Amino acid sequence: MIGIVDHRMGNLLSVFNAFEYMGADVELCADPRDLDDADKIVLPGVGAFPDCMKNLKELGFQEVLNRLVLEEKRPVLGICLGMQVMAEWGEEFGEHEGLGWIPGRVVRIKPEDPGLKVPHVGWNNIRYSPDSPLLKGLPQSPDFYFVHSFHMECTDPGHVDAWCDYGGKVTAAVRRGNIFATQFHPEKSQDFGLKIIENFLSWH
Amino acid sequence: MLSKRVIVCLDVRDGKTTKGIKFKGNVDIGDPVDMARIYYEAGCDELVFYDITASHEKRGIMIDVVRRVAETIFIPFSVGGGISSVEDMRDVLLAGAEKISVNSAAVKNPKIITEGAEAFGNQCVVLGMDVKKVEKSEKIPSGYEIVINGGRTYMGIDALWWAQEGERLGAGEICLNSIDADGTKEGYELELTALISENVNIPVIASGGGGIPQHLADVLKEGKADAALIASMVHYGTYTIPEIKEHLKSQGVPVRDQLQ
Repeated sequence: MIGIVDHRMGNLLSVFNAFEYMGADVELCADPRDLDDADKIVLPGVGAFPDCMKNLKELGFQEVLNRLVLEEKRPVLGICLGMQVMAEWGEEFGEHEGLGWIPGRVVRIKPEDPGLKVPHVGWNNIRYSPDSPLLKGLPQSPDFYFVHSFHMECTDPGHVDAWCDYGGKVTAAVRRGNIFATQFHPEKSQDFGLKIIENFLSWH
Repeated sequence: MLSKRVIVCLDVRDGKTTKGIKFKGNVDIGDPVDMARIYYEAGCDELVFYDITASHEKRGIMIDVVRRVAETIFIPFSVGGGISSVEDMRDVLLAGAEKISVNSAAVKNPKIITEGAEAFGNQCVVLGMDVKKVEKSEKIPSGYEIVINGGRTYMGIDALWWAQEGERLGAGEICLNSIDADGTKEGYELELTALISENVNIPVIASGGGGIPQHLADVLKEGKADAALIASMVHYGTYTIPEIKEHLKSQGVPVRDQLQ
């Protein structure tokens, strides 16, 4: 079973629909204990960093996720804000501690070209490392759908799996062992996004 | 690089597309979900469903359309028309839409923008604006005024002020419809679009007037729009999405590449 963390951070239906469309046995997990049965975990999220961390703590997800992801090494896919909270720190609405799975900070995007707007909304092409299990089988520079104002700056560049150019380098995907995450929305990125979901489902 | 978006708008009444839409080959398709699928596969970047269902009792049909679209179409789509409360927004978003758009309801009750943004996030709330060109005055310094009821009622609100106010209240995007250009097929209102786009920090979708692919190139370059809305130029089979995108590419407009 694929367990989607339902931490009350936005609408999870499109994530659910995309996984179901790819043939996965997928469940929304509103109770952290439901995640125990999940072979793989999806951590989505739309909204603000501090709200998301607060919900993860108060609903009891943080402890369970730390055990399943860090100790038991279950594969996890973070999406958008779900990726950002995997960092050590976030700067949205002040300094806030994240899950700390990926060394780095989540900072506001500052495009060098003042004509570029923040939030970064729309389809942006990315570049990715050729050995990325999540992005294998995709063309060289595929487009994905982004909606965000912050992005992750990784301490170890080896954790950056994909990046895009938006008036400077913006982190588009990260990976550390069993931990995968995308800043963009695979569930809204047509065939390329579905391919990423397929890659995550088949990874072991 | 961020692509410029080509967005297809479908008018829906009682769960059916309103006009006998003819694709090349003269196939009539009345089901908005089937039509959405055709545009999706052709590479459109986003979809807008505009619900013009008159009776309140039949609005549930639209929710069903949204649910069916969300199950098989994996690009962002928004729903507008008849949304006047946070509850209306919730119904549509929980059925799987990415965004909702509010137009006259926001003019009458601006708080709805903030309430929607706080409940669902700024990225969910698109502010639709219907605009007409008027004489510049103290009240309307930009020379563009907000109208409702399809352009019949002037609201005494300056369009530039309203766009900035909408952003401040929490809108995540603006869909800017020129009533003067709408239906003319003679091109988008470039001056208006550039004015708004240069003075807000959220994406602006240009609407009204698109007739040929060059019109999209004009509004995405000169008009500085982030996206262009199209309807009849593809609904009647005059152009296909790949033809439009091919032209945009030839004009140096970055567009999302075709599928795998």
